Amino acid sequence: MSERVAVRKTYKLYIGGKFPRSESGRSYLVQDANVSLASRKDARDAVVAARAAVKGWAGATAYNRGQILYRVAEMLEGRREQFVALGATADEVDAAIDRWVWYAGWSDKLAQVYGGANPVAGPYFNLSAPEPTGVVAVVAPERPALLGLVSVIAPAIVSGNTVVVAASPAEPLAAITLAEVLATSDLPGGVVNVLTGRIGETAPTLAAHMDVNAVDLTGVADAELAAELEVKAAENLKRVLRPAPADHDWFADPGVTRMTALLETKTVWHPKGV
Amino acid sequence: MFEYAPAPESRSVVEIKPSYGLFVDGKFVEPADGGSFKSVNPATEEVLAEIAEAGSGDVDRAVRAARTAYEKVWSPMPGRDRAKYLYRIARIIQERSRELAVLESLDNGKPIKESRDVDLPLVAAHFFYYAGWADKLQHAGFGADPKPLGVAAQVIPWNFPLLMLAWKIAPALAAGNTVVLKPAETTPLTALLFAEICQQADLPPGVVNIVTGAGETGRALVEHPGVDKVAFTGSTEVGRAIARSVAGTRKKLTLELGGKAANIVFDDAPVDQAVEGIVNGIFFNQGHVCCAGSRLLVQESVADRVLESLKRRMAQLRLGDPLDKNTDIGAINSAAQLARIRELSDAGSAEGAERWSPPCELPERGFWFAPTIFTGVTQAHRIAREEIFGPVLSVLTFRTPAEAVEKANNTPYGLSAGIWTDKGSRILWMADRLRAGVVWANTFNKFDPTSPFGGYKESGYGREGGRHGLEAYLNV
Repeated sequence: MSERVAVRKTYKLYIGGKFPRSESGRSYLVQDANVSLASRKDARDAVVAARAAVKGWAGATAYNRGQILYRVAEMLEGRREQFVALGATADEVDAAIDRWVWYAGWSDKLAQVYGGANPVAGPYFNLSAPEPTGVVAVVAPERPALLGLVSVIAPAIVSGNTVVVAASPAEPLAAITLAEVLATSDLPGGVVNVLTGRIGETAPTLAAHMDVNAVDLTGVADAELAAELEVKAAENLKRVLRPAPADHDWFADPGVTRMTALLETKTVWHPKGV
Repeated sequence: MFEYAPAPESRSVVEIKPSYGLFVDGKFVEPADGGSFKSVNPATEEVLAEIAEAGSGDVDRAVRAARTAYEKVWSPMPGRDRAKYLYRIARIIQERSRELAVLESLDNGKPIKESRDVDLPLVAAHFFYYAGWADKLQHAGFGADPKPLGVAAQVIPWNFPLLMLAWKIAPALAAGNTVVLKPAETTPLTALLFAEICQQADLPPGVVNIVTGAGETGRALVEHPGVDKVAFTGSTEVGRAIARSVAGTRKKLTLELGGKAANIVFDDAPVDQAVEGIVNGIFFNQGHVCCAGSRLLVQESVADRVLESLKRRMAQLRLGDPLDKNTDIGAINSAAQLARIRELSDAGSAEGAERWSPPCELPERGFWFAPTIFTGVTQAHRIAREEIFGPVLSVLTFRTPAEAVEKANNTPYGLSAGIWTDKGSRILWMADRLRAGVVWANTFNKFDPTSPFGGYKESGYGREGGRHGLEAYLNV
């Protein structure tokens, strides 16, 4: 009997819960696969999908978001070997899964830790609570492709934001495989959208987009491009997370700042009386 | 309307010098490469004092003084000692509050009733509040050992001159930073009196530096490579320019910018209370308030009743001498701001909205604008979209709560919102959906040092006040 011919996978974009090719019809050869080369139009389509998903995701209960994120970790666990086959070390995959679980647990704790009652000098109920800022555009770190990606997506979506993430151009297969995990974890379509291709092509469109609320420039290695993106982001006063230092240790305790940087604080007053 | 005998506050409690220098490194100094400008009383157009204008060399001197004080004195100082200086300042502000209130009303044009009963008590309370944080930063939720950033460049507006100074300086100093602050060019006087208070408190030289001037001075300060932090309160346009100018640097930025808040009145709201809230929302401080309730959204079924009552109430507002204790509405802060209010109001009429003001006699000298409402406003009108920053209210109507939310959020701004209804569940439902940093339910324009304040969207980022307000001045 002859050896079985394998069925190869086509790696495509992930937008609005679907896996379309780039509308431009372009692809580039990387990691031995033809990967979609996202266009500016794909970036805009991804923002539309992310915006459409905000209402449902931000409006879901914190418990529900936590359940879904934990489900993502379960799905990741089942694909450990696959990520290793794509080039991640076993340590990286383990760290990525553990990090996802860590963030999942934050969903129903953020408001307690970062909100609370304010003892104002008067007869008023006064409560501050964090809310998601909205649509976040993220440039994922080049490496480690999986752990870096998980470390920027999870803190953004746990509070109810939706994201458009530009994946590592050099190692995009982990991002598309993660998208397959997300698509099978009850995460509503549009909450995470993944673009593959050139950062220089998609990021300026995302940074300048007037329906994006924040940009996370963590993975922008070129200082000049980062400054240019920050200038574009100023047009509608997006919240900006600046690039991570080149020597950033992605295995270290991430702290909370990636979550808190993408939150708004809303304070509600009401008089007390009879 | 009742006739009121004049009840002017005496201006003799405050001594205004003919001229003021820059406050750098604990001393008043003459500008090395700048000129001077005049600060006028907007109610009379009388020149109050000649003010030094800081050039870029002067700004550089101030930033260096702040750097030295940061490295040598302020950041190594134990938190408990920083706290004591801030407590001292708070106490001196309380002791000299009459003087500060009169000076604020003279320079800004706001009624003494407001500077005395709102601005000054909040200023002192703000210093008291943050004084207490200075030796408790490890408990503030920013890690076990949060660090200050360094030198903070702070640029503040003219609408609440001393209060905005307190919002900037108190948390910065509590966290261990030193500051260079630029007050607005039309209202520098209380900041300069505050400099004297720093001297009186024996605050170490260079911890607080005050550089006076206009936009160019502010630009030199914000763009100075020696500052680690930029905090700005003012227009969204300038905020955008600042966000661009710090791009690519490691300067931490917080912005508190414009607003176009919806004040939403439902058909079950107690009309008299709601009307008081509407009046407070738009006519407090002549409407020179970034969180002013400048768009009234009133439920269609009660619109006529609310408007009738609102007009009756507006006819009782007393406009005139800011130092008169009966005055409700003082002077517009500057000729330029008056021109802006007139331009937008004229656009309101030209675009088809209906303009109404009560009979209101305006003083002959000074800058004045009668309280004004526009009815028949649509969401496309400029007066429904642009911040007027004056005593001008745009009235729109709605039918359902969902429509109220849609209209309220239909703005690039997101600073504040008001809700008036008797139904608790509706308040919470609305509050969840309004994209605004502060939501006042059955009240409006309430402020407290413990309560975080700041905007969503193009109203800026970062919070001032409360535990949250420390984050802007720590390396987190």
